[in-house]
Amino acid sequence: MKKIIIVLAILPWLLPGQTPTGSEILQQIDDNIIAGNRTATSTMIVHGRRASRTMTAKSWIQGTDQSFTEYLAPARERGTKMLKLGDQLWMYSPQSDRTIRIAGHMLRQSMMGSDLSYEDMMEDRSLNATYSATVIGSEIIRDRDCWVLELVATVEDVNYHSRKIWVDKERMLGLKEDLFAKSGKLLKTTEIQEVFKIDDRWYPRRMIFKDQLSKGKGTEFIIDEIEFDAHIPDYIFSKAALKK
Amino acid sequence: MLALKLAYRNLMGAKLRTWLNMIVLSMAFLVIIWNKGLLNGWDQQARRDTIDWEIGGGVYWQENYDPYDPYTIEDSHGRMSDVTLKAVEDGKLTPILIAQASIYPEGRVQSVSMRGIDPAQALLDLPANKLTGDNSSVPAMIGQRAARNFKLNVGDYVTVRWRDVNGTFDAKEMQIVHIFKTNVSTIDARVVWVPLADLQEMMQMPTETTLLVTSQEAGFQGSIPGWIFKDHYFLLTEIREMIEMKSVSGQVMFLILMSLAMLAIFDTQVLSIFRRQKEIGTHIALGMTQRQVVALFTIEGAMHAVLAAILAALYGFPLLYLQAKSGWSMPEGTDDFGMTIADIVYPSYSLGLVVGTTLIVLITTTIVSYLPARRISKMNPTDAIRGKIQ
Repeated sequence: MKKIIIVLAILPWLLPGQTPTGSEILQQIDDNIIAGNRTATSTMIVHGRRASRTMTAKSWIQGTDQSFTEYLAPARERGTKMLKLGDQLWMYSPQSDRTIRIAGHMLRQSMMGSDLSYEDMMEDRSLNATYSATVIGSEIIRDRDCWVLELVATVEDVNYHSRKIWVDKERMLGLKEDLFAKSGKLLKTTEIQEVFKIDDRWYPRRMIFKDQLSKGKGTEFIIDEIEFDAHIPDYIFSKAALKK
Repeated sequence: MLALKLAYRNLMGAKLRTWLNMIVLSMAFLVIIWNKGLLNGWDQQARRDTIDWEIGGGVYWQENYDPYDPYTIEDSHGRMSDVTLKAVEDGKLTPILIAQASIYPEGRVQSVSMRGIDPAQALLDLPANKLTGDNSSVPAMIGQRAARNFKLNVGDYVTVRWRDVNGTFDAKEMQIVHIFKTNVSTIDARVVWVPLADLQEMMQMPTETTLLVTSQEAGFQGSIPGWIFKDHYFLLTEIREMIEMKSVSGQVMFLILMSLAMLAIFDTQVLSIFRRQKEIGTHIALGMTQRQVVALFTIEGAMHAVLAAILAALYGFPLLYLQAKSGWSMPEGTDDFGMTIADIVYPSYSLGLVVGTTLIVLITTTIVSYLPARRISKMNPTDAIRGKIQ
């Protein structure tokens, strides 16, 4: 019985010429990306107009709405911590030994000078829950056969009204993504340049984010280490942990 | 009268010493009057400009609005009632909707306060009527400070990105149609003005506003549910406090100058009493009481202030008049500190200021002159005539 269910589930993928629905693809992307608990060490390289800056950080993430990040390098940023609890974001600066809540217009500002805003960090809901997707074709991206999806928000309170995603047909990972304003203006792009497989899931290793309205050369994001289903003590996701 | 004559003769007899004292004291006079006049002029100009350009006869703030708390801006908007809309139509109120946005001049992201104002309004000096353009982009105007900071000129296009009422990003092209010059930095620095209807549409907030500025003639128009009226006293607090603060620093300068002048007068008095012991003894021998001699020396000292006032009037009047006419140029960039200040501040001198300053200097000089003169009352007249040091 179990085998039959599995075969029925993967049948649409096995049959040639069968195109999965946008919703099915989104669900698989969500399943791939969203994990319970994970810890990761990452490097962020901000390519400015004149020079590049490299930052290293360690993150503890629980589901989609709790995360704690501590910057390890460079020396100037070391000890800076960020805590996301639901729709609230807190930042601790060791220089001033103060914790501030990032809200309002500050959320719109660039995160550590990168092409990502704090608002982008706050976007935590699954794609399938917030967008309806239409498969509009298939294209080859970085030598991988991809579905091209057009996403339109189904809820009002999302950051981006529409998106276009190129999804690897085999690995079910969005290799490229364009994020649009309500007016249709392209705001940001994301490109996954390297992926890796951990356990049963494919995960991005190297990504480039680019704010299309600014003249910077984009922000590179590299996942150096990641551990899924890691044990994370509860105190990590508290404001007290910011000053520790 | 005799004391006055004697005092005058003695002072004139002292020649250079008297002149030096008079010059120092007259300079103290002038600096005090000039400093106070400058602050008065700044205060008056700043108040007038703020009223004409920003606050009219007072402003109704949406109840959530707090300009010092950026977190409140997103929730600071409310729908205007029919009564309010009628007052807007009658020119008694003008609505201003405030939203936060980012603009990308030359590809650099900059946070701005986007403010929507009715292009037909005539209540404020803000040239809102310039907010016209083709329909392909949003017409926008900025002040000179913003133009300088963002490196934008008239005719430039710039992308603006904002979040609508639901928090969804939207972006559009804006065209700078006008750059205005104002002394009120709060409506200029990091502020972009667009037509009210455009901003309401962009934010999906039809007939909503953050502020309701009243006309100078109408002022307070009764309570409006959801809005709180802020009068001139409240809205001009910053200017008042700034002037008071500047006034304190002016008083420090005044204190230093006065101390120098008073020190010179005190020294002169001590020296006079020391050197003129025989004269003091003779005065007493001729029938003057010691108190009369003390009064003579006190008047002599105090007369410095009277003569200094005359001297200050002689050369100070044309100087101050010239300054009031040509004004005082403020250093470049002073207005970038968020202060309402003109490029040139015209000092404003009042009769009260001149009379008040003269009285303060006269009383202080009299006291300072009296203090060393008290020693005379303790002198032995015979020893004084003999010139014996006491």
